[in-house]
Amino acid sequence: MQQEDIKHIEALNDIRSMMRKSSRFLSLSGLSGIFAGVYALVGYYLAVWRINSDVLSMRQIVYGRNADWFDGYGFFILDAAAVLGLSLITAYYFSSRKAKKNNTKLFDHTAWQLMWQMAVPLTAGGILSFVFLLHGSLAFIAPMMLCFYGTAIFAASRMTYDDVKYLGLGQIALGLISAFDLGNGLLYWALGFGVLHIIYGALMWWKYDRVKN
Amino acid sequence: MNFKIHNLNKAFDNRVRLGIMSALMVNDSMDFNTMKDLLDLTDGNLASHITALEKEGYVHVKKEFVGKKPLTSYSATKIGVKAFNEHLDALEKLLKNR
Repeated sequence: MQQEDIKHIEALNDIRSMMRKSSRFLSLSGLSGIFAGVYALVGYYLAVWRINSDVLSMRQIVYGRNADWFDGYGFFILDAAAVLGLSLITAYYFSSRKAKKNNTKLFDHTAWQLMWQMAVPLTAGGILSFVFLLHGSLAFIAPMMLCFYGTAIFAASRMTYDDVKYLGLGQIALGLISAFDLGNGLLYWALGFGVLHIIYGALMWWKYDRVKN
Repeated sequence: MNFKIHNLNKAFDNRVRLGIMSALMVNDSMDFNTMKDLLDLTDGNLASHITALEKEGYVHVKKEFVGKKPLTSYSATKIGVKAFNEHLDALEKLLKNR
């Protein structure tokens, strides 16, 4: 009888682990979150430095449609793109490392499903942010990026670690608060993409990655 | 004989078939190679277990062409989902009653 019990428990464990493994992308690493947060904070300080520098006053940046591209928004677009690019490259690096360690394929069907699920809301939010930029409504960009990003990862959390949904809720909350407190967008952006990512990444690393290291 | 009493399904009395059904319970469908990688099996091994489940009417096999490549994908049938859930219930009951 004892033998039978062990067999049944093993079967249930097998089922549970197979369901999880086959429907969730589990190669996300907490370290990716920490690095993304650090990049965002560096990007934030560069942006603040740019605004405070003698090159242009904030007034000129916001209202100076005559300034040439780089003097106007260009610097900030490149700054944000660098943060995004570096974060993605880092995430790729740590995920492929984790996949190798867990002996799984990085780009399996769960990876594609996760990316697709996130790509749709992120593209919509990205385009909308850009449109607001074109209209000169800079103040709404940070609330929008935070809300769309939060929504995207909240929805995507069922495709990966459940904990990701708390990061999503945090980003959405910050986005909504920043929408009431217009004009401090950059600060909220740094809190969301910088500080929240670092806290989340550290917690995830502590919970899932540390033991295996 | 024990199986009958406990409602355990003999079709699932095997790790590979249990794995196949588990994956199909949480995925609408899954193609041959994905399933093979997931369960870490050889072509022949996976095919024979799939055939066994197909014969029971638990798995639906769909063959199509993507470009010029043939693609075989699997999904759980309604009967399969029902049978698997009953098997799960039976397993849980067995352990609870101890």
